[in-house]
Amino acid sequence: MANPFASRTGIIVVGVAIGIMATLLQYFGNPPNMGICVACFERDIAGALGLHRAAVVQYIRPEIIGFVLGAFIAAMLAREYRPRGGSAPLIRFFLGVFAMIGALVFLGCPWRAMLRLAGGDWNALTGLAGLASGIGVGVLFLKSGYSLGRAQTQKAATGFLFPVFMAGLFLLLVFQVTFAEGGPIFFSQKGPGSQHAPLLISLGAGLLVGAIAQRSRFCTMGALRDVILLRDFHLISGVAALLVAALAMNLILGQFKPGFAGQPIAHADHLWNFLGMALSGMAFALAGGCPGRQLFLSGEGDLDAGIFAMGMIIGAGVSHNFAMASSPAGAAAFGPAGVIVGLVFCLAVGFTMRERA
Amino acid sequence: MSATRVDARGLSCPQPVVLTGKAIGAGVESLEVLVDNEVSKENVLRLAKRHKMQTSVHEEGPDIVIDIKK
Repeated sequence: MANPFASRTGIIVVGVAIGIMATLLQYFGNPPNMGICVACFERDIAGALGLHRAAVVQYIRPEIIGFVLGAFIAAMLAREYRPRGGSAPLIRFFLGVFAMIGALVFLGCPWRAMLRLAGGDWNALTGLAGLASGIGVGVLFLKSGYSLGRAQTQKAATGFLFPVFMAGLFLLLVFQVTFAEGGPIFFSQKGPGSQHAPLLISLGAGLLVGAIAQRSRFCTMGALRDVILLRDFHLISGVAALLVAALAMNLILGQFKPGFAGQPIAHADHLWNFLGMALSGMAFALAGGCPGRQLFLSGEGDLDAGIFAMGMIIGAGVSHNFAMASSPAGAAAFGPAGVIVGLVFCLAVGFTMRERA
Repeated sequence: MSATRVDARGLSCPQPVVLTGKAIGAGVESLEVLVDNEVSKENVLRLAKRHKMQTSVHEEGPDIVIDIKK
């Protein structure tokens, strides 16, 4: 059975659709240049659950829930739902933790890097250069036989766990249960966490993106990796389409504000923008997918991708609790230390996880 | 000469493509690539197409076998 989304045209259509939906989500209330940011939104979920106490970034983001459930439904309908796992889960967990630490030093995942660029935030350029560099190092490892080993087929029901977890988060969002005086669940009263599109619009966009991204295999890390490793421009044509569509929409909606200084939820600390994203890029490359892709994979039954996503959520807690997440003022006190520890970890994983030659 | 067989089952992206590319790069004229999911199949087929090689696909139980020839 042919999959129209797997074609070149298909991936471009998906990129355009994501670019349009992300900028519309901003128009409807999501934070500026953050229509969809997988890292930021997982961080907001961590905050809502009380895993960190940064009061301005706490909200159960329906987009993340939609990504997983949309991919789950699409995979079911296409008969691609296939529970598998067991490929070095604990290493993937820590790759997720450090990917988040790096992303929160830059203040965004690769998706947000594109959206920041499309909004005129030129700081995204150093972030993207870092991302490409980190992925480049990951490619060197892949070329020299890096592998976390094979995943095994798992029982049919195991793949339901992550989608059910997401459905549980949705219930917490809808009913806004207060577990103790003052929370959790925490919901930001000001700051980025308080800025969000109406629930059903966010959820609907999330479901749609989840479904079409599952069908098209959209992946920002894979896009750069395939260009560097294989000279394959398939995935990157989708990412380029996202950038162009988001830029066009921002111009139409008056959301394009070019410059380095004073960009929303961003800083101009170029060194740490670069190194933060370099860490994330390497972690994504070693784990085999960008944060968005990991969510879509966990929707179709990939337990290892689910572990990576859990690592990112916990990593957000670590990042904020231990003063590693940047603010618009710049890198935080322990951000550089977190990035260095993460780079050492990723290099150790890259050098030690090899199949025999 | 029997066909070279690449077992890429259970491997995550992009390892099936890397292993197939290595075999093609080593000058193998005919090879069989074993994968267990649609994404790996699409990726390996795209690689073979870029090398202008002929492909055919059949299923073996739960696995997908991609035959690639010069």
